Formats: sequence, structure tokens, C-alpha cells
Amino acid sequence: MYVIVVGGGKVGLNLARELIRNGQEVTLIEQERRAYLRIEQELEHAVQYGDGTELWVLERAGIQRADLVVAVTGDDEDNILICQVAKEKYLCDRIIARCNNPRNLQHFKLLGVQPAVSATDLILNLIEHEVPGHGLVHLLDLPDEELEIIEVEVTDGAPAAGQRISELGLPEGSLVISVLPPGKVGFVPKADTLIEAGSEVLVVLDPGLEPQIMAKFAPNGSSS
Amino acid sequence: MVLVVGAGRVGAAVAKSALAAGHTVSVLDEDPLSHERLDAGQPTSWEDSGGRFTVGTAIEIDALLAAGIEDADIFIAATRGDNTNILVAQIAQRRFDVSHVIVRVLDPARSDWYGEQGLHTICAVKLGIALFQEAIEEIAS
Repeated sequence: MYVIVVGGGKVGLNLARELIRNGQEVTLIEQERRAYLRIEQELEHAVQYGDGTELWVLERAGIQRADLVVAVTGDDEDNILICQVAKEKYLCDRIIARCNNPRNLQHFKLLGVQPAVSATDLILNLIEHEVPGHGLVHLLDLPDEELEIIEVEVTDGAPAAGQRISELGLPEGSLVISVLPPGKVGFVPKADTLIEAGSEVLVVLDPGLEPQIMAKFAPNGSSS
Repeated sequence: MVLVVGAGRVGAAVAKSALAAGHTVSVLDEDPLSHERLDAGQPTSWEDSGGRFTVGTAIEIDALLAAGIEDADIFIAATRGDNTNILVAQIAQRRFDVSHVIVRVLDPARSDWYGEQGLHTICAVKLGIALFQEAIEEIAS
């Protein structure tokens, strides 16, 4: 596999190093002269000097034959546009972009630059997962497939508490795929599985159904 | 209404001439001091002449809304950065459906490609190169 990594900061350099160690062919592009010279000591011909948002720099790196373009500079505008030309001009199959400021994620989506990886969001999600009493956690979002998986804690007195799965009346386009009772191991439920308050449930659903799901399992948003 | 993002030499001059031509003009720039460029050489201040000025970052949706992007008929992306301009122009076009979007792009190659993709790009570098070529030919002939 041939991978072009744009941005030789901490993320880009370590990524390039690991990919090379795994036997992949890699070109790293770095636009800052001093950083480039330092990286070149280690990566030699696998690093090129230049502004990765310029077309000739990408072409010199061989973007026409790249299987994957990864844009991990510290600048969201750059990452978006690098991936946009990789995808739309050079018809590269796979792109991955780094999103530095989570508020810019909407721009990545708007221009079809997916997946966009935001370290801030990843850590925030982990924190949400750890903080008890937080009603809903997004475990997985698949925007292209129009599916998401959420984790909800069933609150006391919620319509779903004490009900069987088949009686819940969940909306079309949603499915409970796992039940995790407090202190016990999780399992895949059947139609007659009883949902207890305090359990966590994993639900796969079409985007937009969240409010209806929350109304069943945690109508007041959060337990605790 | 004309919304100009970036009050540098180009943006400020375009904003001033649009206002003088009788258009409603709003300017967005992240640097409050850039306002001075709008006042320079004018008999009255930018606001007194009817212009709007908002301090904010181009790709922040809140800043674009504060600058009145929802009422904009013409959107001009004229910051110093090509990448900011190309991104914010596409936001104006695709998210806010602004009917006319004009983008300053210095890099000729990307000016051409984004032009083919439906952005109205203006490349001062290309114009400059053409003028130099013309001048050389004129002298040589």
C-alpha cells in the first residue's frame, strides 16, 4: 500500500514511522524547512519538502498512485483541502483527515472529507463514557451508512424500565443490540428480555431517532 | 448585500468601491485594526458612510452569521490565505447558498482547478504573470 502523509508534526512523523515499520511505502510531506531537515535525517527519501496543499507538491509525491492520503497538519483548512483534492481531483480511494478544532468538524462533513479524526472529541467521548450518570454516549457514527450506535443508561421510572424488548415500541430503524445489567456481563437480548432500570443498553439506530430512543430509556436525559 | 471576508489591501479596496457604488457592504476580519484600512482616505468613517464591520474568524459559523452571510447576495473571500479563502467560499456556496461567490486564490494551479469545480476564482498571480509576459514581448519586438 502506498500512503502519503501530509504534516510532519508529532502525529504525522509517528504515523509515517509506524507505517514504514509495518512495511508500507510512505511519503511524508513537510513544509517547514527546519522540521523537514530534521525528519530527513531519519526517514531519508521517505520525506519530501513542500506545501502539501499545492498540487505540484502532491503530484511530485505521486498522489496519482496513492492508496491512502492522510492529512494531519495543525491547520484544519489545509487538512480539508488536501483531502478534497486527493478525493475529487486525484480520485484517491481512501482519505483520513485530522480535525484540530472540533468546531470545524462540520466543515469536514460539508465538503465530504471523511473520516475526520478529532483527538479532542475522542478524549471527550472517553470522558463521557467514564463519567457516571451521563445519559447518552455515542459509541460509533457511520455517516455514510447513515447508522449510529449509542449507549444509554436506563433511568428509574423510564417507560422502558421493567418492560420486555418486544413491548418497548421502539421506532422503525432502531434495534437494541446489547444489554448490560449493572455489575453483570452484557448480552445480546431476545424479544422477551426484561430491561431493568440501571442497565445500559446499546442501540443501533438511524440518525435522528435519538430523541425517541431517549424518551423510552432516559426521558430526563441523565440518571444519577 | 456584499459580504467581504478579509480587510487586507484587496478586501478593503473592493469593499470601499462597492460601498461607493451604492451597495450595502459588510466586512469581516479577525483583526480589529484592519478597520483602519476601511477608514483611510475617506471623508467619513466606514460606519458613518453606511458600511458594516465585524471582528471574527472567517471559518467560524457564528462570525459569518454576525457579518450577515444569510443576507449576502455576493460573497467575496479575500483573506491572505488561499486555503482559508477556498474553504470559506465553499461554506458560503454549499451551506448558505449565497448566489454569487468570488474567491481570491493566489496559487494559479488551484485557481484553475477550483474554477473548473464551479468556484469563481480570481488569481492576481496569473494576471501579474501575463502582464510581465506581455511587457517582455513588447520590449523584445
